[in-house]
Amino acid sequence: MNSTTVIVGASLAGINAARTLRLNGQTGPIVVVDADPERPYDRPPLSKQMLTGEWEPEKILLPAGKEDLDLDFRLGVRAKAVDLGSRQITLETPNGNVETSAFDSLVIASGAAARRLPDTAGIAGVHVVRTLADSLSLRADLDAGPSRVVVIGAGFIGAEVASSCRKRGLDVTLVEALPLPLERILGPEMGRVCAQVHIENGVDLRLGTGVLQLETAAVDGVERVVGVALTDGTTVAADVVVVGIGVSVNTQWLEGSGLNLDDGVVCDDTLLAAPGVVAAGDIARYPSARFGRMLRVEHWETAIAGGEAAARRLLAEESGETPAVFDPIPWFWSDQYDRKIQLAGRPMPTDECVVVHGSTEEFRFVALYGDGDRLTGVLGMNRPRHVVQLRAIFEEGATFSQACERAAAL
Amino acid sequence: MRIVVDFDLCESNAVCMGIAPEIFEVRDDDFLYVLDENPPESMRAKVEESVQRCPKQAISIAED
Repeated sequence: MNSTTVIVGASLAGINAARTLRLNGQTGPIVVVDADPERPYDRPPLSKQMLTGEWEPEKILLPAGKEDLDLDFRLGVRAKAVDLGSRQITLETPNGNVETSAFDSLVIASGAAARRLPDTAGIAGVHVVRTLADSLSLRADLDAGPSRVVVIGAGFIGAEVASSCRKRGLDVTLVEALPLPLERILGPEMGRVCAQVHIENGVDLRLGTGVLQLETAAVDGVERVVGVALTDGTTVAADVVVVGIGVSVNTQWLEGSGLNLDDGVVCDDTLLAAPGVVAAGDIARYPSARFGRMLRVEHWETAIAGGEAAARRLLAEESGETPAVFDPIPWFWSDQYDRKIQLAGRPMPTDECVVVHGSTEEFRFVALYGDGDRLTGVLGMNRPRHVVQLRAIFEEGATFSQACERAAAL
Repeated sequence: MRIVVDFDLCESNAVCMGIAPEIFEVRDDDFLYVLDENPPESMRAKVEESVQRCPKQAISIAED
């Protein structure tokens, strides 16, 4: 393949797409564009080892970013628009210059950005955790020894930030608008278990309450957060606030391109969005036959697998081979305190949930989710062996009852 | 091909066991055990996938 490929996004999905293209016969230029000026890095440590101070940035560089793959990196450069007809992408360089670049094929892996609270831009002490710069900025504030950190949102990022702060011996208040953390992902029963993990680790957990506003004060001429007013009428004093309320996809540059945008880039079941255009990672929305609905998956492993699959899709288009369907079982892990939570699958909060190994009282267990007799998820807490074995059983197409039976024999 | 695991990095996500259970095993103590440190060439693709998919970049291949 001697054509030019532009990849927008140098994170996990983009870099793995680039690597797969190069290792499988693309000889033409591969241009990798990312608004983030940093060399490609891994995000999971940003809320964990980077925040606790155990690791330095050098340690989270992605191996593929260091390989000699003859990639033309354009870091710090933002994609502004794309014209699929003339095959031109508009880019903005760090000094504000706007230029266009021609391509034959395009990989969309521009990911997502952390959502922020409205009207909080510029307030010192208020953080999100999405980029290396975010993580280092929060770490500097934690190094200053705040009297209390308020984490808004008890999803996986919020939970990991709370855990890292507790490891540093900091007092933490974790605020969640829902009655239970992770309820929409894990259901109420497992949400209760996750809530208990925070409480056991000394977190002041405030459930079912939203944020009214941030309280600020001028400190040395800088507007700084000093507290968080909650909708339950209380105010929590805080020197540092971390907002973990999810992400929004980076599709602004694709508006007007003719691509189908719907909270992501809508692809077919091979990650193809248009002829010669594929999407991967957090931004790709694809139909999953396995789960019977459109999925957009923000997991680490899906970014790798999706990047590889998107690249293979382009190669197949070139060679005329039948493209492979992309429908893996989503899988992720989250490390919180001394617990490792792993979920394979995509359960609905209303699915039935059965503990098949261990017990929730010990915070060491495996649970299966089912919708009728359809297996929809495998959840483990400090049970990695069982999760991986049950994920394989899931992959084989086991029903909920079959999986429960086989789990008992593991 | 010799498999090298950095056990300071390994945190037992068991991804490698999912890909190559003939080589990698996470046991009930939650630790990873390498069952075959010198796997045959026929296993190379699976070992390379395990290296790529390890969330902690804890696995590498030494050619000696």
